[in-house]
Amino acid sequence: MLLAIILGMPGMAFAVAPDLGAAATAPPATQAQIEALQQAVTAAQQASSKAQAAAASAQYAGDNAWMLTSAALVLLMTGPGLALFYGGLVRKKNILGTMMQSFAMMGLVTILWAVVGYSLAFGHGSSFIGGFEHLFLKGVSLTPNPDYAPTIPEQTFMVYQLMFAIITPALITGAFAERMKFSAMAIFLSLWSLFVYCPMAHMVWGVGGLLNASGGRYPSLDFAGGTVVHITSGVSALICCLYLGKRVGYPHTKMQPHSMVLSFIGACLLWVGWFGFNAGSALAASSLATSAFVATHFAAAAAAIGWSIAEWIHNGKPTALGAISGAVAGLVAITPASGFVQPMSALAIGFIAGAFCFAMVFMVKAFFGYDDSLDAFGVHGAGGTLGALLTGIFAASVINPIFKDAAGNTLPSGGIDGHWGQMLNQSAGVAIAWVISIVGTLVLLFLVDKLVGLRVSPEDEAAGLDLSQHNEEGYDFNT
Amino acid sequence: MIKIEAILQPSKLDAVKDALLEAGIEGMTILEARGHGRQKGHTEFYRGREYTVDLLPKVKIELVVNDDMKEKTLQAIIGAARTGRIGDGKIFVSKIDDAIRIRNDERGEAAL
Repeated sequence: MLLAIILGMPGMAFAVAPDLGAAATAPPATQAQIEALQQAVTAAQQASSKAQAAAASAQYAGDNAWMLTSAALVLLMTGPGLALFYGGLVRKKNILGTMMQSFAMMGLVTILWAVVGYSLAFGHGSSFIGGFEHLFLKGVSLTPNPDYAPTIPEQTFMVYQLMFAIITPALITGAFAERMKFSAMAIFLSLWSLFVYCPMAHMVWGVGGLLNASGGRYPSLDFAGGTVVHITSGVSALICCLYLGKRVGYPHTKMQPHSMVLSFIGACLLWVGWFGFNAGSALAASSLATSAFVATHFAAAAAAIGWSIAEWIHNGKPTALGAISGAVAGLVAITPASGFVQPMSALAIGFIAGAFCFAMVFMVKAFFGYDDSLDAFGVHGAGGTLGALLTGIFAASVINPIFKDAAGNTLPSGGIDGHWGQMLNQSAGVAIAWVISIVGTLVLLFLVDKLVGLRVSPEDEAAGLDLSQHNEEGYDFNT
Repeated sequence: MIKIEAILQPSKLDAVKDALLEAGIEGMTILEARGHGRQKGHTEFYRGREYTVDLLPKVKIELVVNDDMKEKTLQAIIGAARTGRIGDGKIFVSKIDDAIRIRNDERGEAAL
């Protein structure tokens, strides 16, 4: 039909042209000719707008399909991914207690997010925290919110961001593994989600946020949550393990992981889920999502190799736990950079992160002697900080023209574009994430300690969290 | 009657069991055990932390035989379990006063 109209158009134009060009001499167009012309124009307009609507609808459907898939992938990272990864690393008397800490976040944070969390993170508020306009998800509809994602329903965006809010506090649980009361953990992490995570998410991603890359006072590049997710959780983890103290008997009693197999499966699920985390952060099924997907995979692979080589040299043998820890470290480090860097930069970031986090876990932790039981700080805090800074070096405007001048021309992104000043903005993001995590975590731990007490009794710790906190056992091979 | 208790590498259990059946032994009890002799376990590394595993998985076979079966049984176990390396295990032999078949009160060697 469109073709017929296009073919018909020159004929119409020819018939009309004399009328316009030489009104005095040519015979006037008949009424019928004018009507035919008008009909043709209207039909062409309708066809064109139909084609546009069809294209928009296809884009909408494609983007929404990818974003719902990504949301599910990010949930997969918490349960079963993180639950298995952490679960295998503890002693077998604590497996259920450890897995329940992650699973509890899937319940608690979801409810908080629906009631107030989403509003605090993504509502319009100050440059530090959102407002209350989306309380109980008021106004969060099935149509897009152009502030954040113009081609997907806002509820898709809301539920996708919820999955990030779930995994972030769950990451902290690695630091206080095997010794925190379930009740204290539930209260502390619920409050933490509201008073540390939501403000940080708003500052980096929220409209008008202080660190927002588009229009913030310190435009900080954080594609998928290097500062928001990994620095906040990792630094808070460090504060937690310092505040709670070591496990009874650490470091003299044997506390080696009880199942490398579970941890291995968990780490591989994290790797797969991370595609939703990073490539999904493009908020569309776009070429940028492809770029982030490639960067994510490359960094994980390079970091697994980086950690393994470092361990091989240092300890004489490459371990399975080293290889999977390295992969996670690489995924952490590429998170802020994933939507800004080229594939070769991703390989470099991963390799550096693998070796760096290896040094943090093997040497720095041993030197200071703190009991970051499952290395939440060594991997997420250290890797997140490193990644945020490396993003300032490797961000390339050819991948993502994020900075523009008033006329709409693309400006350089990071150091390799010649914009070394971006390192200052990245440092501002890192510093704010560290400060809010340290202060927020200290205050909340103090309150919860006064309220219910943080640690289980030494007897309960000896019996294990499974029995003492849940009246269950993870493994019973006699039944 | 003689009781023979043999502590073995778990990987040798099947070979020893087959050798005993071939030697004409009809009954045995097998226990999963942990322990160490002079080899004193091994070390494992997890994220750089060194753990000494001094109780290793072992298998213990217990069987009671007539006196005249003693040497044949011992040779069957030794032949199947020996690798010549540290950790092959040990065998203990002791005298048994009596045996009772619960089903029908048979006593002594008749109960074996």
